[in-house]
Parts: sequence; C-alpha cells; structure tokens
Amino acid sequence: MAIEVRIPTILRTYTGGEKAVEGTGDSLSSLLADLDSRHSGLRDRLVTGEGGLHRFVNVYVNDEDVRFLGGLETPLKDGDSVTVLPAVAGG
Amino acid sequence: MRFDSLIESVGRTPLVGLPRLSPSPDVRLWAKLEQDNPTGSVKDRPALYMIAQAEKEGLLRPGVTVLEPTSGNTGISLAMVCRQKGYRLICVMPENTSVERRQLLQMYGAEIVTSPAAGGSNQAVAVAKDLAAQNPDWVMLYQYGNPANAQAHYETTGPELVEDLPTITHFIAGLGTTGTLMGTGRYLRENVPGIRVVAAEPRYGELVYGLRNIDEGFVPELYDADVLSSRFSVGPREALRRTRQLVEEEGIFAGISTGAILHAAMGEAGKCVERGERADIAFIVCDGGWKYLSTGAYAGTLEEAEAALEGQLWA
Repeated sequence: MAIEVRIPTILRTYTGGEKAVEGTGDSLSSLLADLDSRHSGLRDRLVTGEGGLHRFVNVYVNDEDVRFLGGLETPLKDGDSVTVLPAVAGG
Repeated sequence: MRFDSLIESVGRTPLVGLPRLSPSPDVRLWAKLEQDNPTGSVKDRPALYMIAQAEKEGLLRPGVTVLEPTSGNTGISLAMVCRQKGYRLICVMPENTSVERRQLLQMYGAEIVTSPAAGGSNQAVAVAKDLAAQNPDWVMLYQYGNPANAQAHYETTGPELVEDLPTITHFIAGLGTTGTLMGTGRYLRENVPGIRVVAAEPRYGELVYGLRNIDEGFVPELYDADVLSSRFSVGPREALRRTRQLVEEEGIFAGISTGAILHAAMGEAGKCVERGERADIAFIVCDGGWKYLSTGAYAGTLEEAEAALEGQLWA
C-alpha cells in the first residue's frame, strides 16, 4: 500500500492533470522527494529554498495541518492520506 | 434582560451542554450559541468592535462610506450597525454565496459588489483593496487584519467561556478571518493552563481554490499559528453529516460551518475517551441554518446535499 496525495488544480500541470497521485516515504520530506522523481518540479512549488513549507501552501496528513505535526519531518505510514491546498481566505 | 438598544445586546450568549453527543460523563461537549446574537451570527461581536474602534480613531461620521470584503455574516452584522449609525456600507462578496445572505444584506441597506467565484474570498479581498485604493475617503475595516476583530473575542467570548465553564479543557472554532480563534484562544491560553485551542478549517470544492498560482494565496494578517494547538481541514461531507446530527440529536439548527467545527470537536472528544482523560470541550455555533436552506444542505441524502454544495462558499 502507498500514500495517496491529493493535488490542487493549480499544481496538476506537474501530475499530468491527475487529481491524486501515489507515493512512498516515511516522512513528508521523503514522500515529496519520491513524488518529485516522477513529477519533476512539484517539490519546488511546495518547499522554499530555505527548506520550509511555502507560506501559501497548506499540507494535511489525514486532515491535520502538518505545521502542527512536525512540518516536513511529519512521520508517514502506508495508508495515510495527504492533501495539498493553497491557502485561501475565509470569513 | 433589558438593553438600551439592539447593539447593546450583542454577546453574552448561552453555553449549552450536548448530553446526547457527548461520549461520556467525563468527556463533555458544550455549544456556544452565537446565533443568539442580534443578526444571528458570531460576527456581531467583531463588527461592533471594529466600528467602535474606527469611531474612536475619528474615521467615521454620518454619511461616510464603509467598505468590507465578506462572504456574508460580517457584512450582515456591519449592515445592522451602519444602518443605525447612518453610515453607507458596501460589501464585496464572492458570487458563490447563498441567496439568503445577499437578500439579508440588501434588506439591512448594504450595497453589494460581486467578486468572481473562482478564488473565493481571496478575490473579494483583492477587489475590496482595489476599491479602497481608488476611493481614499472610504473606510475599509478589513476584518482579516483588524486587531479589533480578535480583540472582541479576547474581551467577550473568552471571558464568557471561562465564567460559564471554569473546567474548560478544549476550545474549537472555525478558521476564516482567524479572529475568533486568535482572540478567544489568547484569552484562554492566559487564563486556563493546558488549554487546547483547535481550528476547524472548511475544505471547499475545487473552484474555490482556483487561484492562478500559489503566490495568490492568502493568510490573514491576524493569524498567529502559535495560538493554536492543532488545525484540521474538514470537507463538506463531514460538515453536513455533523450539521444534521446536531439538529437531529440535540435540536440545534446550525449552519454548515458549525458542522465542520463539531466534527473537529468530536475528534478531540474521541481522543480524550481513548486516553481516559476528562474533558470539557467548548465549540462555537457560528450561525443558524436559516441562511443555508437554499443551498440544499438540509434536503435529500448526504450525497445529494454534498453535490449541491459543490463550488459554493458554505462557511
């Protein structure tokens, strides 16, 4: 079993239009490295040059924001669901 | 209770227990009924504080034009206050918001400028900022960055919760402008050791995230992640399911964003039961369900309701 990653519309140019892709990794950073090997350029849109998550990108593991779980070092296991979304305004 | 005017009656809302949805006598859920505010939503609190602060700064006088980007509730609250004080109000609102919200705004005398559905409230903020730049004599209160928004909750919602529920362990609210969570959360952190402050963020259909690029994203200036313990994304299916559960089991007819908040609250409750910890979990009921009847949220099966919500701003 792998980890399903849901991709927002604006980043599907990197996934050949796919809404969701699969990857492997025991942490978010290793998952992103794995995805980038098949979807080149995707990682750079999510992670800044300084190695943190882009300010306007939210990543959720099983619906919880990874910034409260350990950021890019958030541990992952098979069957987890990862969702990537751009930050938008509410209210 | 007697008040000199409707505006004076904002706040001091009831906190009610949920005996059927609470998982055990040791892990209890409490709903703060913000639909009991004069215009029926939690936004009466920040609207009043933002207007009062602008008046204090000498920015408002009768006849002045107030401008605000809003998906609905803040606009309705501002319209109620502005009408009584003689201010003209223009709301910039995404076109994918419910017809009830538009009609209520117009009834209270506000003018509506529509922003495109794609991009959701981000576009409303952008359009409002353009309008403000073109009309320097207009006053934009700007709920996303106005400290008076969070201050309203720091001075009212927070103290009310501690007074009514001194044993509170968790506070859950929706994340939009972030004002409710920032203000109430800060007060609770200063006054309740070990409090968990949890955000429930609505996850909309794809249209709402239809930005042209990541750099068009938006994080409200008020947001400070350090106030939060955790943040959950809740999709329409779970939000609708909990909204229906709340009215069926506890008789509380709430809007859809409250269902998302209840979903996060019940997740926290479940973890407390697993760990054998006692908990008093308070959450915000943002508004009643009335304004969302036309969305189809309360009719048919969950699948039908979810399909009907696709592309709409339901929180």
